[in-house]
Parts: sequence; structure tokens; C-alpha cells
Amino acid sequence: MQIESDCVLKFLEVVAARIKEQRDYLTELDAAIGDADHGVNLDRGFSAVMSKLPTLTGRDIGSILRTVGTTLVSTVGGASGPLYGTAFIRAGAATADRFQLSSYELAHALEAALQGVEARGKATRGEKTMVDAIAPFVETMKEGIEADEDPLIALRKAVAACEEGMRATIPMRATRGRASYLGERSIGHQDSGATSACLMARALLDVVEGRDAG
Amino acid sequence: MKKLINAPENVVREALAGMAAAHPDLLRVHVDPDYIVRADAPVRGKVALVSGGGSGHEPLHGGFVGKGMLDAACPGAIFTSPVPDQMLAAARAVHGDAGILFIVKNYTGDVMNFELAAELAAAEGLPVASVVTNDDVAVRDSLYTAGRRGVGVTVLVEKIAGAAAEAGADLATCQRIAAKVNAQGRSMGMALTSCTVPHVGRPTFDLPDDQMEIGIGIHGEAGRTRQQFASAAAIAELLARPILEDLPFRRGDQVLAFVNGMGGTPLIELYVMYHELSKLLAGEGITISRSLVGNYITSLEMAGCSFTLLKLDDELTRLWDAPVLTPALRRGM
Repeated sequence: MQIESDCVLKFLEVVAARIKEQRDYLTELDAAIGDADHGVNLDRGFSAVMSKLPTLTGRDIGSILRTVGTTLVSTVGGASGPLYGTAFIRAGAATADRFQLSSYELAHALEAALQGVEARGKATRGEKTMVDAIAPFVETMKEGIEADEDPLIALRKAVAACEEGMRATIPMRATRGRASYLGERSIGHQDSGATSACLMARALLDVVEGRDAG
Repeated sequence: MKKLINAPENVVREALAGMAAAHPDLLRVHVDPDYIVRADAPVRGKVALVSGGGSGHEPLHGGFVGKGMLDAACPGAIFTSPVPDQMLAAARAVHGDAGILFIVKNYTGDVMNFELAAELAAAEGLPVASVVTNDDVAVRDSLYTAGRRGVGVTVLVEKIAGAAAEAGADLATCQRIAAKVNAQGRSMGMALTSCTVPHVGRPTFDLPDDQMEIGIGIHGEAGRTRQQFASAAAIAELLARPILEDLPFRRGDQVLAFVNGMGGTPLIELYVMYHELSKLLAGEGITISRSLVGNYITSLEMAGCSFTLLKLDDELTRLWDAPVLTPALRRGM
């Protein structure tokens, strides 16, 4: 499995399209325990990313990801802007000057993204945040690659772990972010950040598998 | 949804254009990145105060830009933190070579975006200090939450630290005074109705006609309890007692009493609430030596109010009394 610059651009297109599709769903999830802006904010950010895409064609993966990160920081606002922005900026730093990534390098870039989210948000697993979806995704991918698994199988397992992590946020009590003010009342709702993180993980798998029709 | 708007996505920009048109003597509005600066910015040799946050809390923060208060305000989308580009551009625009104080309300998004902005400003050699307000006693389990929210005390921090900066205090002193106001102030709010975010189009939460939410946040975040609607006197007790016990405020204290409207409650009711608060404090032997009543930190059209009490000393009283000239707060100028 090789990830090339074009594949990264395709991934961004698919993410942007799916966020637009899922905008109201993400916002509804956020309305239940947050402040009803997650879908709207991410759609604004990825629409801005899309408008920059033509200038990114032919660039190295690190530059593409860094530009995505700074664009998200500049346009999303809320908590998801700095969090996803930092994730893409860190992944960009890990892939500087690379035009293609081996599966090992992909796993390394994803790990850098996770570390960025954890550093910016100061959240750990079990706090009902995007970390609950991103951490199992990254860790499963890394374990698979280190065990010399077929990279595509590792990625499929990682996406499954990501989606499981997303669903696992439902019974959790939030201790970070605006949902934490609800205390016990945050239980029973799926975290919107974990949901958008899963959307991105699924988009990556679909692009790699060639199933990228929106 | 019935609102005096043209399109939900244009509300913030059109309101900014309205502020610029209404107050050209006091402020200037910059668009993309969006920020408001006082008309005479940058003021040479003065510490510059920059605040910001999601829109929908007007007059906070833009209405407090002017002499004796903020140098700049950065409005985000409604109930959404502004982005670092805004704070960085605002900081550059108001820096008068005496440093910049960021005043940040304690919400996850605001704190992260201001942190990023402070990192970018520092990388440019701009001296930035920050104060985070977290006065909302409704949040009890600070260890298991994002911490106490910044609410009413933010208005008092902006006024009092603004007066210090105007009088020539240095950055460390402005930061110390802002932190002192936050440390000596406590708030709690309540809602009678929800609010409706324009781009959502539906009320943020359901609150039956016979119920009220005690301990509400300024974005409609749930409070401590939902209970049967009650009299002004009973509600004043529910808001004031947790505030008094928390600091705690004691017999003999001098306080600034601030009764704030959430946006959809008429002033006549805010004065009924002030009357109840003043009786309650008199009964506790606490003296109200300064007061503020009105809609200063709101939650769109939410009906309800909040109480903020600030324990005063000579330094804070003198700075509170200093002249101020902004769209929303004007005294002595």
C-alpha cells in the first residue's frame, strides 16, 4: 500500500463532500450535549480547504497537510478547529517533503496527529471526545503494521476500531469540553467529535480501496 | 424562527457593519479577519486589552471597545470561538509597545484558540499575557468538567483592567488586577426560556412553561437543576446563596452587585431581581457599594438573568469608578 499526493488530495475531497452531506447530523449530535455547531463549523473549514485544493496539486504530502491544518485553524473556530488543525499540522510535519508514504510512514503520520490532538486538548481516552475514536484507530493501525500485517487489512481493522470507539462514547460521561457541564446527563449520546473523526478514517479507507464516490 | 435578520450566515458580519456605522467616533471594524478596535488604536505606551469569543453575547465583547476598557474585540461565529488569525491581527493592530493582555472566558474552544494566538504572537515578538475568567459557581465538579465557565465577571475584568491600562499600569500589573477581579468575583445564572441560534433555527433546549433552569450557561449549557418556576424572591435565593457560600462573602464585605439580563428579560424584571438581591445582602450584613444592572453578557434572546458579586477593595473600587467611553458602558466621559 502506497499513499501518494494525489491520494491525499482525493481523501480531502471525499472528507469535504461527506462533511457537507453529514453537516446536519453532526450538528444534531452536538446539539444534544454541546453547542450545536460541529457540522456547520467543519463544513466551513473543509469548504475553505476545497478552495485551496487547486493550489496544492503537485505539492508534497507534508505541505498539503500543513496547509489543511492552518486553514482549519483559521476557519473552523470552536474546539474542533485547533484540534483538527493541530492534527493535520503535526501529520504534515511528519511527512515533510514526501510525495508518497509507505504504510509504515502513514502509521507514523497518524500517530503524530493523535499526539497533536492529545497535546492541544489535554484529553485522554474515556473522556467522551474525538480521542476515543482516533486513539484506537491509530493504535490498531500501528500494531498491524508493526506485526507485518497486510496494510489494507490493518487499515480496515483500524477503521473498525475507530467506529467501535465512536460508539463507545455513547455510554460515557463527558469530562472534557462543553458536554462535561452536563455531567450524568451527557450519558447516552454519541460524541460529535468522535463521529467526525470516524468519518475521516472511513474516507481514508474508501479512497485507498478505490471506493471514493462521495 | 422569527428574527430580525436577512440570512443566518450573514448575521455576525452585518451586525459588525452596523456597529461600525453607529459608532465611528468610538471604534473601527476590520473584516477578514474580523475584529473591532478602538478608534484611536494603537495607543502608544498603553497596555492593549484584547478579548473575544463567540458572538451572541452582545454587548460583550465588541460593545466594550473604547477608552477605559478594551482595545480590541474578536467576534467568532455565534456561540463559536474566534480563530487565532483574528486575535493575532487584532494584537498587531492595537499593540502600543507596552504589551497585550488577552482576556479569555474559560471555554474549551476559546482557551485553545487564544493559546494558539498567544503562541503565534510570541513568535512575532509581541509580548502577550493572558487571563482566563472562570467565575460560574454553577459548575460544581471542576475536576470532572472543562472547569468553571467565564461569565459575568468578564465584564468587570474588562472594565477594571481597562481602567488600569488607561491609567498607565504595565502589563504585569494589568494581568494581576484582572486575575484579582476574577479571583474575587462569583456568578450564577438562570433561564426562563431557551435561545435559538440563527443557523440552527430551533431552540437550543426544551424548557416547559412551568420550569426554569438554575445554573444555566451563556450558550444554553445545562445548569445545576431544572425545577418548578418560582417567585423572584425564591429565584434570588437560588442564585445568591451558592455565590455567597463559594468565595465566601462575609459580613462586612463591600461588594459590587451586578444583575445581568440574558437578553430576553425586560429591565423592569432585572430591577425586581436587584431589589431582592439587595435585601438578601443587607440581611447578611454585606454592603453593596457599587452596582450594575442591565444586559451586558447575554445569550441571544434567552429570558433569565445572572447575578455576579465582586468583593471590592480600594484598588478595585477606584478603577471601577474611572471614566469609560464605549458603546455599551459609558461614565464620566
